[in-house]
Amino acid sequence: MSQMNRIKGGLVNQKKSISFTFNGQILTGFEGDTLASALLANNKKLVGRSFKYHRPRGIVTAGSEEPNAIMEIGNGAYKEPNTKATITQLYNGLEANSQNHRGPLGFDLMAITDFLSPLLGAGFYYKTFMWPKAFWEKFYEPAIRNAAGLGTLSTEADPDTYDKGFRYCDILIIGAGATGLSAAITAASSGAKVILADEDFLMGGRLNTESIKIDGGSGSKWAKDTVAALSTMENVTLMSDTTIFGVYDHGIYGAIENRSSEAREDKDKPRQVNWRIYAKRSILCAGAIERSIAFGNNDRPGIMLASAVRSYANRFAVATGDKVSVYTNNDDGWTTARDLVLKNVRVVAVIDSRSISPVLRVPGAEIFMGTDVVDTKGRRALKSIKLSNGKTIDTDCLAVSGGWNPNLHLTCHHRGIPKWNGEIASFIPDKANPPGMTVAGRAKGTMVLSDAIIEGHNEGASVASDLGYKVKKSDPSETPSVSYSVTANWGVPSGKNRAWVDLQNDVTAKDIKLANQEGFKSVEHVKRYTTLGMATDQGKTANVLGIGIMADNMGQTIEETGTTIFRPPYSPVAIGAFAGRRRGMEFYPTRYTPSHKWSVEQNAIFVEVGMWYRSQWFPLPGETHWRESVDREVKQTRASVGICDVTTLGKIDIKGFDVSEFLNKVYVNAFAKVPVGKTRYGLMLREDGMVMDDGTTARLSENHFVMTTTTANAVNVYRHLQFCHQCLWPDLDVHMISVTEQFAQYAVAGPNSRKLLQKVIDSDCDISNEAFPYMAAGEITVCGGIPARLFRISFSGELAYEIAVQTRYGDSLMRVLMEAGEEFNVVPYGTEALGVMRIEKGHAAGPELNGQTSAYDLGMGGMVSGKKDFIGYKLGLREDLLRDDRMQMVGFKPVNTQDLLQAGSHLLNLRDKPSTETDQGWISSCIYSPILGHYIGIGFIKSGHSRKGEFVRAVDLVRGNDIEVEICSPHFVDPEGERLRV
Amino acid sequence: MIINHPLLGPRDSEEFVYLGAADLINRPNNWEQDASAEDFYQYQYIRENIAGDHRELWYHEQGDQSWLVVTRNTLSHEIINVELAQDVSRGIGRGK
Repeated sequence: MSQMNRIKGGLVNQKKSISFTFNGQILTGFEGDTLASALLANNKKLVGRSFKYHRPRGIVTAGSEEPNAIMEIGNGAYKEPNTKATITQLYNGLEANSQNHRGPLGFDLMAITDFLSPLLGAGFYYKTFMWPKAFWEKFYEPAIRNAAGLGTLSTEADPDTYDKGFRYCDILIIGAGATGLSAAITAASSGAKVILADEDFLMGGRLNTESIKIDGGSGSKWAKDTVAALSTMENVTLMSDTTIFGVYDHGIYGAIENRSSEAREDKDKPRQVNWRIYAKRSILCAGAIERSIAFGNNDRPGIMLASAVRSYANRFAVATGDKVSVYTNNDDGWTTARDLVLKNVRVVAVIDSRSISPVLRVPGAEIFMGTDVVDTKGRRALKSIKLSNGKTIDTDCLAVSGGWNPNLHLTCHHRGIPKWNGEIASFIPDKANPPGMTVAGRAKGTMVLSDAIIEGHNEGASVASDLGYKVKKSDPSETPSVSYSVTANWGVPSGKNRAWVDLQNDVTAKDIKLANQEGFKSVEHVKRYTTLGMATDQGKTANVLGIGIMADNMGQTIEETGTTIFRPPYSPVAIGAFAGRRRGMEFYPTRYTPSHKWSVEQNAIFVEVGMWYRSQWFPLPGETHWRESVDREVKQTRASVGICDVTTLGKIDIKGFDVSEFLNKVYVNAFAKVPVGKTRYGLMLREDGMVMDDGTTARLSENHFVMTTTTANAVNVYRHLQFCHQCLWPDLDVHMISVTEQFAQYAVAGPNSRKLLQKVIDSDCDISNEAFPYMAAGEITVCGGIPARLFRISFSGELAYEIAVQTRYGDSLMRVLMEAGEEFNVVPYGTEALGVMRIEKGHAAGPELNGQTSAYDLGMGGMVSGKKDFIGYKLGLREDLLRDDRMQMVGFKPVNTQDLLQAGSHLLNLRDKPSTETDQGWISSCIYSPILGHYIGIGFIKSGHSRKGEFVRAVDLVRGNDIEVEICSPHFVDPEGERLRV
Repeated sequence: MIINHPLLGPRDSEEFVYLGAADLINRPNNWEQDASAEDFYQYQYIRENIAGDHRELWYHEQGDQSWLVVTRNTLSHEIINVELAQDVSRGIGRGK
């Protein structure tokens, strides 16, 4: 029968049916249901299997604290595991599947673990899987991994969209129950900007689940009216279905807004929005969470928290049983019995562990005072309970209340440690809340509703007036005062039967006792040894109960026992929500070079370098291997002329009266006397003496310089220069700005480069070898008056220039250069050919500037000035950095020129076996030189500078290569640099 | 975290890059003396591990590119003071 447990009334729309599936079975519920309430309406009591023992489990709560009813929602790539049925709003077509069983839910093959439970107590991992040692990797770990875990991932990319957002307010009110709504009304009436957030899709908190009256009407109506009133106020933002999951520094709150229903309609809309809320103050009105009592077999489907039984009856119009019994240690449990009777649900018994007079009259129910439940029966659904007086009662739903714990999770996020309050037998927030946060209502331990409403009302007013807003005087809403009295009951002796404390991690009272017996005295140790409170619910229903049991075990008070604290997130947050839109190509910005469009037209292959897309090589039709293209680009450049986009190199424009003095302090070599119109190569160290970066700096006029950096270090070098200026030498007249993206810059290299450029550069600019020699720099014009800069510098070792124009001319200049170069058989070259030519010339680059190499190691010790202070000077003189047996950069070539030499190979003396002890160094960069016709490499070897001519082995154990190489100068092509100066 | 930039007002810490203790401003000037090796060693490597108010350098990279000296309590993350590093540097006599 459809929805056999549905009763009249509630806040669901019984005229609007919703169809969904559970483990493939088609079921219906109503609009306003959660998945949990719809399952209960359909009498689905068994909804999952427990983590460790695969015990049959049912729904326990009606909120985000749910330990048992966690499911896989959706299928395929959309599948989301470990979703709480109790807060999943029902929608048409929802597909839910239970987790953690092999075979059908009703007959789980893994339930064997339940019978092995005597072997699987606390710490069983640590005790059991110790021997034999070799078994861990091959047997134990794979077996445990296979058995462990709850839901399974889809293993496909998450197709949903997530977003991030930012909101600002004066007062953030967390929780829209009676307290939060009262606080919001007074705070908002002052004009303060208020955000009211609640994790439920229906605001009102427990007012929606109770039968109490406020201001003469029902609590849920009062909540609805209050929300309606707030929604008309411009200074109020209402965020339902939004969980405040973390409290961060300086009033920053993390919030997840669930917008699943919107996203189902439109795939481009986000499923969840990760909000960052900046709030001057906050009021935590998160209410309280009920806890259970540890008695034998207290985990059977049908045993629920009393407040949840009440919620399902009042809000969702679902009777959780035909014969309900109530077991409580406090007055609030009786309310459940009363409300069920009002809803015509049969209550068969009320059992109260306190020896007092019955709190309420419950028609039709047997009343047992000073009595406990000691055992239960019914494997897949509760059948009966056994009482401490020996009596057995037939019941299909036991509503348990062990008292209420203030929901103080968020007050712990800045290490606030809750303190014990004997009166309510629970922990309340300490004064040291996160700065700016106040707590009101039951979250603070104010357990009586009428008091909580007044507290919310007053707190809203006082926080607003603290912030300088004038609050209109008003009276708090009225509700009858219902007292709350509780006597702690952590559990009853359960003999051989297990009494469950943490349902999600399958931790029993016995496990806690065992941990205590084995010497674990600190709550933090017991937590980790037993895994109490370490599941996805962070033990919201379990922790206080566990601490109570510990205190009893050790014969000490709860204050002496102490408490663990909570960390963000309040409830699990999907990783996708932290990523937001930053996935795939949007992970970080994509930067294209000025010649990108042209390069795409040439079918260039691109490579990502320092957040840039650079052309790697330009394949011609018929070229099938990258080496064909790269070898051609190198040969053609060295034979005639080639063009490469070098825009990505960092460019820093530096102006001021003291620039040369400043450069003298950041480069190892002298910069004080660079003439106008000249470029100088500079080597930059870190303060510890290691090479940081290199580049060229041109002096365009007396007080105007342009520095280049490597592509990879452009940001770091600029930051470093700003540090040197602002922190170390603030009075130097130096002004810097990064112009990397403002100028398109091309290397024009090869013997015909001058001839090519002469066709493009305006005729009044003389770039003959005499007028514009090697290392010259100057401002010129091209193409009839377009301003440009020309630098005669060379990375390739050829006669070469770098020409820069404003970025907007970059595309055109590339086309003009290529057209002008046609008669010289010009070739565009990419980063691979660039790399080949720099290795042929022995220039150090990224693989050599690895943060562990000094100027001496790189063979540039001669550049280091001894006549001035510069960054890295003093610490670069430490004796270990000057030792001759350091790893020094040299060149390597295979003895047999047919041999393949690979970067990453380690260097060994000829007769040594490969080992850490015999390691002599490594090959850092390696290429095939089309000019020399064999592989060459540069790398580091002990005392390399004095070992040229020696033979060693380059060994690559990973790729199985072992060849003989000769140590040589890293300058393979034109070592004298004659080609640069022609 | 929110850093109250002396020129730009409150800014999210995401806009900043962290470097380390503000002691890095106090670079030794006695490079010509042999004894300065020890001073540079202390400057580069030796830091107080402060549980309390810590003066540290933050760089407003996604903003105006100023280096700031932020005094932050390492226990509570409370930010007590924010100054421009160049003012601090001048204040301890690091002129030309």
